[in-house]
Parts: sequence; C-alpha cells; structure tokens
Amino acid sequence: MSETPKKILDIKNLDISFKTNAGIVHAIRGVSLDLCKGETVAVVGESGSGKSVTMKAAMGLLDSNAIINSGEILYTYTDKDGNEVTTDLLKMSRKELRRDINGQRIAMVFQDPMTSLDPTMTIGKQIMEGMFLHKHMEKEAARKRAIELLDLVGIPEAEKRFKNYPHQLSGGMRQRVVIAIALSADPDILICDEPTTALDVTIQARILELIMDIQKKMKLSVIYITHDLGVVAKVADYVNVMYAGKIVEVGNVNEIFYEPKHPYTWGLLSSMPDLDTDDERLYSIPGSPPNLLHEPKGDAFAARNQFAMAIDEKEEPPMFQVSRTHFAATWLLHPDAPKVEMPVELKTRIERAQKEVAKYL
Amino acid sequence: MSEPLLKVENLKQHFRISRSYTVKAVNGVSFEIYPGETYGLVGESGSGKTTIGRSIIRLYNPTEGKIIFDGMDITGKLEGKTRETLRENMQMIFQDPMASLNPRKKVSDIIGEGLDIHHRYKSREDRAEQISAMLRKVGLSPEHASRYPHQFSGGQRQRVGIARALIMNPKLIIADECISALDVSIQAQVVNLMKDIQEETSCAYLFIAHDLSMVKYISDRIGVLHLGYLVEAGTKEEIFSNPVHPYTKSLLSAIPHPNPEVEKRRKSIAYDHASSGIDYAKGTEHNVGGTHTVLATDEEFDKWVNLR
Ligand SMILES: Nc1ncnc2c1ncn2[C@@H]1O[C@H](COP(=O)(O)OP(=O)(O)O)[C@@H](O)[C@H]1O
Ligand SMILES: Nc1ncnc2c1ncn2[C@@H]1O[C@H](COP(=O)(O)OP(=O)(O)O)[C@@H](O)[C@H]1O
Ligand SMILES: [Mg+2]
Ligand SMILES: [Mg+2]
Repeated sequence: MSETPKKILDIKNLDISFKTNAGIVHAIRGVSLDLCKGETVAVVGESGSGKSVTMKAAMGLLDSNAIINSGEILYTYTDKDGNEVTTDLLKMSRKELRRDINGQRIAMVFQDPMTSLDPTMTIGKQIMEGMFLHKHMEKEAARKRAIELLDLVGIPEAEKRFKNYPHQLSGGMRQRVVIAIALSADPDILICDEPTTALDVTIQARILELIMDIQKKMKLSVIYITHDLGVVAKVADYVNVMYAGKIVEVGNVNEIFYEPKHPYTWGLLSSMPDLDTDDERLYSIPGSPPNLLHEPKGDAFAARNQFAMAIDEKEEPPMFQVSRTHFAATWLLHPDAPKVEMPVELKTRIERAQKEVAKYL
Repeated sequence: MSEPLLKVENLKQHFRISRSYTVKAVNGVSFEIYPGETYGLVGESGSGKTTIGRSIIRLYNPTEGKIIFDGMDITGKLEGKTRETLRENMQMIFQDPMASLNPRKKVSDIIGEGLDIHHRYKSREDRAEQISAMLRKVGLSPEHASRYPHQFSGGQRQRVGIARALIMNPKLIIADECISALDVSIQAQVVNLMKDIQEETSCAYLFIAHDLSMVKYISDRIGVLHLGYLVEAGTKEEIFSNPVHPYTKSLLSAIPHPNPEVEKRRKSIAYDHASSGIDYAKGTEHNVGGTHTVLATDEEFDKWVNLR
C-alpha cells in the first residue's frame, strides 16, 4: 500500500428511491464509496440498509420501480487498445452494460448460488458460456480453461464434475461453481453479495480463503457485502459501515475494528458474540432501523443511539474526518460536542483483541 | 444433580428411501438435558440436528433407542395421556418464522392456538389477557395481536414464534436454528430474550444451530454432531477450551474473530472426513475428564489426547 493505488470504481453521491404502493421509499440517500485496484472493500450493515441496491445500481440490475435521483458510478478500465477509460455506469443503458460490463469486467456472486445457476445445464457448459460470449474462445480452449477454473475453486476431479448438473452438488460446491463462472471472463472487479451467509462455517472459511487466494493470483478488486463482522475482519482492507441508506463510517479495517467512532459501529461490534468472555448478556442495539418510507429528520440513527444529542433530531451530521482514511458521520465528532468515549465493555474487548494480536506477531 | 428432564439413549433414526437405500440420519446418539438448562446441539448442515429434534418431539418414530421425557418413556406408540402431556410440555421454535406461522391467521390466534387446543382459558377476556401478557413478555405490544405475520420484520416474527411456544409454559423448548436467519444485532435481541425467559420460567432449551459463537453464549452444555454421530460433548468450557475431536477443532477454528490483525494471519483447520481414516461406527464414548466425552477408538483417543 506504499504508492497510491488507482481508483477503479468510484461511487459518488448515489441517491435512489423506489416507487411502491405505499409511497416513495428513499432507500439510498447519498452513498459515496470507492474501490482501488487490487483491494478488498467491505460494505457492512443490517439487512435493509441498502447494500445490495447500491451494488445492483452498478450492475444495471435495479428493479424497474427504482428511480435514480442523482449520483455517478465511475468505472476506470483499460480498453482493447491499452487506453485508460473512465465511464459513468449510470449513464449506460442496460443493454450496453450487459454487453460490455456485466460478467465481463464486473462480475457478481450472490448469496444463493441457485439464483445464478441454470438447473438444466451442466456446470461445465455454464462456465464456458461466458468465455464464448465475452472472449470468443474456441471450444477446446474454453473447455480447458473451465476445467482449470474448477480446479482453482477447489472442486475435486474437475474433469468428471464438468458434466454434473447443479443439483448433483452440495451448497458449498455450487457456490464454488458460481465463483468459477464469475472468474471465467477475467473480470477486474468481483462483487460478492453475502456469498457465504447460507453456508456452514467450515465451508465459509474455505470459500473466503479461496476468494482471497484468487484475488492475489488474479489481481482482482473485490467488494464484499456482508452483515458478519467476523467475515469483514478476515477479508477486508477497507470497511464501509452502512445504515439506513447512508455510509456512516468508513476506514481501513484496523481503524474500524480498533478505533471505531460511530455509535452504530460501536453497537455492531458490541453485538458480536465474543468467544473469549463469558458475559451473561449479549449487547444488542435497541430498536430497529427506520422505515425509509418515512424518512427520519436529522440523524437516522438517533432513535437508537444512547449518545444522541439535541442536534441529532434536527440536522443530519456530515462526514467528519478522523484520519487520512477514516471518516464518520456523527455529531459526536464535532469540535463543540461533549467528549464521549465508546462503551467501556467495547473498550475492554478491543484491548483484549489487541493483546491477542501479540500472540500472532 | 436432579433427574434429567430429557434422556436420549442410543437414538437411531433411519429413513428408508427404497429397498436398497436407507438414509442413516442419526446413528446412536445419547445425551441428557436437565431442567432449566440449555443444551446446544451443533454440527454442519445434514449432520442430523433437525432429525434429532423431530424424533424427540415425536414427529418421527425412532428406529432404535429410547427417549425418556420427565420420567415418561415416550419412545413407542403414545397413549392419549402421554401424548397430551408431551404436546403441552415440549414446544418447538423453527428457523423460518414466516414458513412456520400461518399467514392467514392473526397473531392472537397463532399465539392462542395452544390455549384453544388444550382449553387453557376461563373466558374470552382471560384468553385475550394471556395473549397480551405473552406479547409483552417477548417484547411486542398488545396492539400487535390483530396483525398478520407478514406485517412483521424477521426478528418480530421470531418473537411471535417464541410467544406461541411459551404460552403453554413448557418444560422443554426445542429451538431449531431459530436465530440463523436473523441479522447479528437481532440475533442478540432474541438470544437475550430467550435467556430472560429461561430465568423466569426455568424452561430447558435444546438449542440447535450451526453457528458456534451464539451457541456458546446461550448453552450450558454442548454436543457436536457429525454425520449422525455425537462426536464430542461436554460443558461449553470443556468444548471451547479443550476441543479433542478433529471435527470439533475444525468447527471452532472456522469461526471468524472480529479481530482483523488476528484473522488475517490465522488459517482455519481443515477436516476432511473421507480422507481422515476415521470410522465413527468403530468409535466408543471416551471420557476426557469431567463431563467431557469424545467418540473415538482407543488408538484415536490416545493420539488426540497426546496431541494436545
Ligand atoms: N424493488 C424495490 N421496491 C421497493 N423497495 C425496495 C426494492 N428493492 C429494495 N428496496 C428497499 O431498499 C432498501 C435496501 O434494500 P437492500 O439493498 O436489499 O438491503 P440490504 O442488501 O442492505 O439488506 C430496503 O428497505 C428494501 O426494502
Ligand atoms: N424425512 C426424511 N427422509 C429422508 N431423508 C431425510 C429426511 N429428513 C432428513 N433426511 C436426511 O437426513 C440427514 C440429516 O438431515 P437433518 O436432520 O435435516 O440435518 P441438519 O438439521 O443437521 O441439517 C440429511 O442427509 C437429510 O437429507
Ligand atoms: Mg442484501
Ligand atoms: Mg436442520
């Protein structure tokens, strides 16, 4: 991380609403987020916070009732002639996206592998399809590459498995196939939307290690969507914490885990079960996220925030800068705010975590 | 210690699919649950957790073995009275609250179902009062009684499922992956609620899950299941501080810690049963110390214990 890495995806001020029978749902409320080449950025937050919608916007996969109010999603890549090009993905039509971007330069892996697999087609065929479509490969070359990919994602006896249908594989194996398909066109960016949430922990560990491994080999840039902070700790270089359609804290992975500043991040970290203590009670963030059909005034987290101040009810906090890479949207960081420390339980937990690190050094 | 509330002895549950093919889902599992305690049953999907839960609540006829509940043998054909006590004293909470709650019924009727079946109310007012009290207990409000399941969030629906189980004041609640589908922060709310309720009512839980970190929070004792065999069992301290079976070790090491500097350096321990040379059918229960047991042959036991 010595030289400044190149931005490959730059989401700027994205704002999206959905038209529903009950009214307008303001789901994404000014999201900015960037990804640099070769890095892994995690987006973490409770369900409904807007993680999937943000990524679907980049892929042209938004539902038809979506309205893009504003924003840009700038994607920078090297074209066939070796020129560096930056385009706004939001300005491209679905057709253009499907032809030039989706699957080819930006690939996506979803939570449920069955939604991305065709049950009537062998897995070998499904992996080769992208290579025919995007790379115009010869059949034999594609076949060879597909078997290599199956091998790469850790499917034993790849030659034999080539002719299997999805239902003949376990859940973990299916997700590996989906990853192989995603990698088949040599994408620049891999977006993983809760890829292991439905899998057993042992298989989750294998898949995460696999993605990290492939990332190094292929110099992929990865966006990782999850609600599991354990997973974030394992894979991420940078973390975006999302709440009610906004990024409320962003920083490198150590800043978020060891020096979190936003009370929502404090809450998320505190509600993780801690394997090293026998606390009788688990912390839980009181209440539930707001319904964005009725957008809250002020800070959307105020109602659940034990540290909320009068201004939180009136005005939305801007992003305050903490370090070169660390920002948080909470009035607690305003110079005039009273000095509030993170809850003492979390503080001791973080100190314990940092002691634990010493054992590995 | 008091008498166990539930005693499962050498339970086998096989499903005959065709003349030549039988799925051996559970292969001789024994454990006990004491009144007011929480027993965590963990293992990967397909290991037989749900089947054990369903055998205990007698949705299946056990292929072999014995189930004793509250002093009654509930293994064979159930007599009317035994069936009645069982239906009242043992309740289940499921993983997917949406699938397990009738979408066309109001919440009050879902929660009141047990009361209706067992005629456990004096008047309509009494019924409504019991339902309101239960809604409050699980952190919902009495106004929610007239709503339908789809009008709730996932966490709220799971509270309805818990209320439905609790209203019978059961001695044992079988919770099958009841928090797996919920967000981490909501999981904490539901687990805390279950703990509070246990403190108040002294009910016992069989807490089935594939996520070990939550199991550790809620359980007193833990059983680790793999391929229908209980490969290791003990108090949560015994299991977490001193795992002996290679499967348990791989399971524990797979839990990601919310500690990036550690997590980036740590590799999880893999366990491939097929190539391990371990045959569960040949293993017997070996005592590691205290209540801690592991399924192993004598040679395996020596090897695993000396390895530590
Ligand atoms: N097609 C749609 N119509 C209406 N609301 C939608 C639609 N798609 C998503 N939403 C809403 O947008 C919000 C964000 O959803 P999503 O991005 O899927 O959350 P996450 O992935 O963080 O769980 C949610 O409140 C969801 O209900
Ligand atoms: N009714 C049934 N008929 C046939 N096979 C079954 C039945 N129920 C479960 N099984 C099989 O038994 C094994 C254990 O399943 P289950 O108890 O659901 O596991 P878990 O709950 O641990 O995921 C699996 O191989 C499953 O396919
Ligand atoms: Mg999502
Ligand atoms: Mg199950």
